[in-house]
Amino acid sequence: MSTERTVAPAAGAALAAACPALREGSGPDAIAGVRPAFVASPASTDEASALLRAAAGHGLTVVPRGAGTGLGWGTPPASCDLVVDMSLMDGILEHAAGDLVARIQAGASIGKVASVLATAGQQLALDVPPDATVGGVVATGTAGPRRFRYGAPRDLLIGITVVRADGVVARSGGKVVKNVAGYDLGKLFSGSQGTLGLITEATFRLHPLPASVAWVTGEFGPSDLAGVTSAVASAAGSALVPSAVELEWTGGPRSPAGPRVGVLLEGSRAGVPERARQMAELLASAGATPTTAVSEVLFRWWQPVPEAGAPGTVVRISYWVRELGEVLDALSTAAAGAGVLPTVGGPAGAGMVYARLDPGTEPDSATRFVCGLRDRLDGARGSVVVLAAPPPVMAAAGAYGPVPGAALMRAIKDQFDPDHRMAPGRLTGGS
Amino acid sequence: MTMTIIEGLVPRLREICGAGNVITDPLELRTYECDGLTSHRSVPALAVLPGTAEETAAVVASCAAAGVPFVARGSGTGLSGGALPREDGVLIVMSRMRAIIEIDPASRRAIIEPGVTNLSVSKAAAPFGLFYAPDPSSQVVCSVGGNVAENSGGAHCLKHGFTVHHVTGLQIVTPAGELTWLGDGTGVTTGYDLLGAFTGSEGTLGIVTKIIVKLMPLPEVVHTLLAAYATTSEGGQAVSDIIGAGIVPAAIEMMDALSIEAAEAAVQCNYPAGAGAVLIVELDGPASEVEAELATVRSLCEKAGATEIRAADDPAQRAVIWAGRKSAFAAVGRISPSFIVQDGVVPRTSLGTVLARIAALSAESGIRVANVFHAGDGNLHPLVLYDDAVPGQEAAAEEVSGAILDACLEQGGSITGEHGVGVDKSRYMPKMFGADDLDTMQLVRCAFDPASLCNPGKVFPTPRLCGEVPGHRRAPHPAVAAGQAEIF
Repeated sequence: MSTERTVAPAAGAALAAACPALREGSGPDAIAGVRPAFVASPASTDEASALLRAAAGHGLTVVPRGAGTGLGWGTPPASCDLVVDMSLMDGILEHAAGDLVARIQAGASIGKVASVLATAGQQLALDVPPDATVGGVVATGTAGPRRFRYGAPRDLLIGITVVRADGVVARSGGKVVKNVAGYDLGKLFSGSQGTLGLITEATFRLHPLPASVAWVTGEFGPSDLAGVTSAVASAAGSALVPSAVELEWTGGPRSPAGPRVGVLLEGSRAGVPERARQMAELLASAGATPTTAVSEVLFRWWQPVPEAGAPGTVVRISYWVRELGEVLDALSTAAAGAGVLPTVGGPAGAGMVYARLDPGTEPDSATRFVCGLRDRLDGARGSVVVLAAPPPVMAAAGAYGPVPGAALMRAIKDQFDPDHRMAPGRLTGGS
Repeated sequence: MTMTIIEGLVPRLREICGAGNVITDPLELRTYECDGLTSHRSVPALAVLPGTAEETAAVVASCAAAGVPFVARGSGTGLSGGALPREDGVLIVMSRMRAIIEIDPASRRAIIEPGVTNLSVSKAAAPFGLFYAPDPSSQVVCSVGGNVAENSGGAHCLKHGFTVHHVTGLQIVTPAGELTWLGDGTGVTTGYDLLGAFTGSEGTLGIVTKIIVKLMPLPEVVHTLLAAYATTSEGGQAVSDIIGAGIVPAAIEMMDALSIEAAEAAVQCNYPAGAGAVLIVELDGPASEVEAELATVRSLCEKAGATEIRAADDPAQRAVIWAGRKSAFAAVGRISPSFIVQDGVVPRTSLGTVLARIAALSAESGIRVANVFHAGDGNLHPLVLYDDAVPGQEAAAEEVSGAILDACLEQGGSITGEHGVGVDKSRYMPKMFGADDLDTMQLVRCAFDPASLCNPGKVFPTPRLCGEVPGHRRAPHPAVAAGQAEIF
């Protein structure tokens, strides 16, 4: 929300001395409307360290950037003197196929990583856009449908290298999956949105690519929220070991079309068809019609996420699975009250759905929708978080409702970034 | 002088927890002088057994106000001295807090108190067709609160993950004595992942008072297979081939000749006679998947040179196969008066190299080493055997034990896979991490416990001084100024 700050010429010289790939920021570099004075592209962790040391010496505010796919999320930075662009650090440093481990530079794209790992029949089990970078995915904590089985980036990350706000390089974890030596900084940096420091390298646990996959889907009547809840809970709790339990309600609660539940099964060519048949029965017994088993990729949840610059509103609702019916009812009520038409979907079996409002939605209506959801779900176990929204909505509704442990989070921020120069204002939270 | 301060705490602690739950008698206090790592002993100045989260918070607040260090203890089964008391401090024993507060089968969650034993969670969940996956060998007695502190694993964490993957919410008492929640049970992180950072922090960031755990559906079928080999390297080849085939078993365990001998002496597990190594592979999941995997695993085990293969598909037969493995640590007591349980990790593909190194170290020193390991994830538990009646043997064993860790680090591994650093391994931390790494980790400590009263002296070899951090915030965000939001 700040206007551009003036950066002293001496600061620019210091940055250039630390990192030769330095240029002045231009229009396309703006993050949620905030244009950086400089963009630097370090080529190594050492260079990134020198760069952040120089930035610290001149009191510059810093925002890390991967591919920029997630930069439209969160609140706009309060200030951004320097964007650290990670595009030159895009190496896959080590792929130990026999150990199912890979060490990767933060700027490597998910698509590139996937193609390298696939040659060994392996994968980084996160369904995220191929353009996104490893560092960006960790920093935003993004995961797709298969978070139900494999978790979020924090669950697959086994080692991390970061550069602190003061330029100090620190590592935690390692390159073995089983390791409890020291505090796990990887957990702390996962989802930290660049506010604690710069991620330069990440090491992940990998999984074998399945030989066979199938999506089993079932459609429900628009008012059969109990059926949907029962289907999601039964699928998620079944011994058929689904990899994803998704909900998709394209028209949202105010559409005549009902929600659809999709279950992903991964496994062997011999095993998957039988599991798909049993899963179809399970969905049917919860009231779904008709059920189908297909092997193509469904539920590309990220596509409806709005582009940075012209954001719609994306709200993330997390809950205990038993309460899904209550959440869907709350969405209906809040949508009706605000006069909006949200699209609803996400990894419902993992206790999370997204509600999206079209970019054309009036800010006041979007705010009323978010507040309506929070009022209704207040006291329930879970949260209503605004991931992306036009600035007036974000300012009025706030990204978060109350967050447990907020005082400790502030203490962490103060320890890692005492001057509050790293991505200032990107993560906001209630008391 | 410190003792007088602690003595001064007694009336307040009796008021909080009841007189019967504050232990001051020196003989009774001796009960708590060590945890599962008996080589380190220290009698606490006093012990207190709170019955509720609120009592725990009040106890901690009293300690904090008096500047007295405190250490939390679960069942005391830890193997790195993480619950080693301080002579100048209060031991807070969580064993009275053992209620299973709620099981929500549809959400697959349970809310429990920290003193609940690991296995009893699975027992309580079983009627709903669910179980709690982390299964450290001590699961009959170890507490889930202790599991959270240590981020415990177990034989089945190869497939199902560690404690940190199965905990979705923690109510903690901060080192200042305040109750707060980290995580809300959903498994979805909002703000910084303090839940993840706290889990495995070995009791140095606060005390857990309630735990929300994830429950998993019981597998449709479980098949266990035991394969005997002439050498550990043949067994290791089978492990590589299984992983290479894209199979992730629930567990892959290996024992060498000496540990088989010990298990045989202790529990008569009747493993194939003369085997140089046994491999235990467990597969779980939907029947249609496991049947196919089992056939593949069996043929790979044969191809690697198995001299005998036994299979089990019911709980009783499975228990027979597991009996030797589960008894291994205690069993070496049958073949050696004393022993050190080591816990090192290497990349799985380096297992052969490190086992050869261990054999060489053993030959050079004359110190016998029995090897039991989680072969699937490269987690070694060498049991270093010695006789404390023989002068110099304990020191020689310590040296071999340390050299094994060096060998693990040379291969890019870790000094601990599941037992923790505690007091036992803090001196090895600088071999695995640089000064800046350790300094940065301790920023977390400073955020949670700036006074350094919560389990001090554990994990880190050198404590960091947590100076007051000057506030440098510039113009506040309008929402902060309006008191609506906080900006990180």
